[in-house]
Amino acid sequence: MTDRPISHSEPSNGPTDWKSDAMQARIGRRYRRERTFQLLGFSAVVVSILFLVFLLGNIVKNGAYGFVQTSVSIDVTFSADLLGDPTALSPQAFTEKVRKTNMLRLIQASMQDLFPEVKGRRDTRTLLRMVSTGARAQLRNMILSDPTLIGTTKRVELLTSDDIDQVIKGNIDVALPEANRKVKDNELSWLKTLQNDDRISLNFHSQFLTGGDSREPELAGVWGAIVGSAFTLMVTLLTAFPIGLCAAVYLEEFAPKNRFTDIIEININNLAAVPSIVFGLLGLAVFLSVMGMPRSAPIVGGLTLALLTLPTVIIASRASIAAVPPSIRDAARGLGASQMQVVFHHVIPLAMPGIMTGTIIGMARALGESAPLLMIGMVAFIVDIPGSINDAATVLPVQIYLWADSPERAFVEKTSAAIMVLLFFLIAMNGIAIWLRQKFEQKW
Amino acid sequence: MAMISFALVRQKSVVVVGGATQQLHSLPRYHGYFAAVKVFVPCMFLFLLWMVSGETVVENLVIAGLPDSVRNVNGDQISLILNKIQLAVQYGEASTTDANILAAAEQYSSLYEKGLWATFSLSLAVGLLGYYLSNSRTHADYRARNGFEKAMSFALAASSFLAIIVTLGIVASLIFESLRFFQQVPIQDFLFGLHWSPQTALRADQVASAGAFGSIPLFAGTFLISLLAMLVAGPIGLFAAIYLTQYANHTVRAVAKPVLEILAGVPTVVYGFFAALTVAPMLRDAGGAIGVDVASESALAAGLVMGVMIIPFVSSLSDDAITAVPSSLKDGSFALGATKAETITQVLLPAALPGVVGAFLLAISRAIGETMIVVMAAGMRPNLTANPLEAVTTVTVQIVALLTGDQEFDSPKTLSAFALGLALFVITLLLNVAALRMVRKYREAYD
Repeated sequence: MTDRPISHSEPSNGPTDWKSDAMQARIGRRYRRERTFQLLGFSAVVVSILFLVFLLGNIVKNGAYGFVQTSVSIDVTFSADLLGDPTALSPQAFTEKVRKTNMLRLIQASMQDLFPEVKGRRDTRTLLRMVSTGARAQLRNMILSDPTLIGTTKRVELLTSDDIDQVIKGNIDVALPEANRKVKDNELSWLKTLQNDDRISLNFHSQFLTGGDSREPELAGVWGAIVGSAFTLMVTLLTAFPIGLCAAVYLEEFAPKNRFTDIIEININNLAAVPSIVFGLLGLAVFLSVMGMPRSAPIVGGLTLALLTLPTVIIASRASIAAVPPSIRDAARGLGASQMQVVFHHVIPLAMPGIMTGTIIGMARALGESAPLLMIGMVAFIVDIPGSINDAATVLPVQIYLWADSPERAFVEKTSAAIMVLLFFLIAMNGIAIWLRQKFEQKW
Repeated sequence: MAMISFALVRQKSVVVVGGATQQLHSLPRYHGYFAAVKVFVPCMFLFLLWMVSGETVVENLVIAGLPDSVRNVNGDQISLILNKIQLAVQYGEASTTDANILAAAEQYSSLYEKGLWATFSLSLAVGLLGYYLSNSRTHADYRARNGFEKAMSFALAASSFLAIIVTLGIVASLIFESLRFFQQVPIQDFLFGLHWSPQTALRADQVASAGAFGSIPLFAGTFLISLLAMLVAGPIGLFAAIYLTQYANHTVRAVAKPVLEILAGVPTVVYGFFAALTVAPMLRDAGGAIGVDVASESALAAGLVMGVMIIPFVSSLSDDAITAVPSSLKDGSFALGATKAETITQVLLPAALPGVVGAFLLAISRAIGETMIVVMAAGMRPNLTANPLEAVTTVTVQIVALLTGDQEFDSPKTLSAFALGLALFVITLLLNVAALRMVRKYREAYD
């Protein structure tokens, strides 16, 4: 140890004086930095969690109002002069007559009873605009389902227009000068009268969950989008699950280890990271323009999303198959099973919970995906509930996108409410996946 | 039919050995399965053939059968006529009055029907043949199971090749459409042009700009937003990963990790809505309060929200990288008297660096390819700027804008979307390959 370097820079070679002020300050500094560092890490976690809370809170706050809708109860006289007499006319003729009658006249009559002072065309029109355009269909359906209403007067709850609804929900600032707000002073005074008469109420709005899309926020519903999503996911599941499972089985159990299977593996990993919009371009180029499949249809959307989720399913299934211990395979082979029998009778049943979990998570991703569906034209405005996988349809996330683009203030809460519906489905699917994993998880 | 032959052949195999199934080489059901495969596969093949090419064949036959006066028009109108014919097939005489078209429609539907019947009867015959073959071959020594398993493993291999086919499909369709685009617009204009305005005149007499396809402003916007996103996600994600792996106790980790994962599970359209309707107005008001002009579709809003979205990518991948560092390194550092922070910054992070860089690269590729947030929260106008307070547009926004709504399929405007898509695909692919290679190389170093 003669060649030990001699340090010239250090003042002394004796033991460090830990009690010295310089050393204490140094240690203090190091510990302070340690605490700052820990605090930084902690605040990073807190910031992300706070953001999530802020995001969800914001959506729930807005969206809660999307499920309720203001309605006004007015006394409607179903006059036989206007609507025809069901006892005198044949049922077909009566139906025909009711269909042709402008229900606005019923509403006009009752509203004018309430506000006799409103005269003049423009004021009357403004007054009638307070009631939703959907009220006419509502009245018509009432009469058609119960013709005995004719000749009676009944108190009916009609939806108000979205602007009135927004005033009631406090989203339109009535303190603004009249020129700057959509609801004018005379409408507000009428609304006040109606409120004083206890005719305005805020009720749960089932049409939001059961109806199709509409240009009128108070009539728009998510059911069409939910059905479209269900059809799309069905196609996705039926394609991605079997193919993904087969591919995983092949790669994990049968594939020889050679260059070609290496390429497949790398390929699958890369596919998982390709931007989803590129899959949309593929769907557009292959399914729509080469194969000539119908635009906007769930079958095309489903196939596109299947390509998108395939890597997820394959990767999850492979992990799950690989987790089955070799002893199971050896035991089955020892009993004389062929490789195919080993895989299909023993490995896959044991790996199934993991495969299902991976598939459900992939499906949840597909459910929230919208960019590739924009490419293949699932953005059309569709009122009807789709009836098959070939009908034009839209899906929940795309519906959210469409509503978010609408200028009406009332669509903000509808969008938030639709997001709540979407998140509900996502949470449910992920919940099932977690439940499956915990129930069937095996530690070997 | 496959099921019937399954039942029949299964029965036959039992009968052949007089009920003593132990004499069979393969179990009866394998005889059945194999027969079913032999029947099903050729039939399926025929039907697929019909579905893919049948319509085209019929269309060509119908076009060939049209009177010359109708047929002698250019390609555009042939497809128009076909459209008319198909309408006539669907709605009968209500759709058109042209006798030629009606006649063609009639021919079309009769040909279509004939083709369908031909396919059906052909596949019936093939199926019967398959059944006959497997039925006559059924005897005690017939290796039905081996045959069936061979068929199965073929199917398994085929489905894993599908992954390759999908990639090839993506590449082929993107390249094919891009080539058509580059025939009309020179490639150097696309790659190096500074001006993007894809509006082209639809008709010759229309007043419109000639269309400029310089993609630089789009990529600049994309990188600006991705950079902002990484400025948010990088530090937060990395620090969250450090805290969760090194400091947090078990309970905190059990709660915080799933919560971070939720951030990744929230659909991007929700983030987009949030960015456009909450964050962007907030930023604009805040900017107004301190006297800074913030565009209502500022890159900042989209970048911030996108950053939050990719926090979990950064944090979970960095988490993996940090936990993969052997604890002996950490213990050694502690033994030398380093504090936790010093151990992390001077030992763990350098050791985990390739993994962390890989995580960042993957996150960047995710940010570049992200669509919905920018479609909803970023602007539409191409803007070559580095100021995050201004509105910029991105590649994905332009692809969506170019391809939604009714478009003709071969205008340079529509095709340019595929060229953009190709560029996007290549960039993200390179990032991913680099990231995966980095992660893998480093994993090997410590395993």
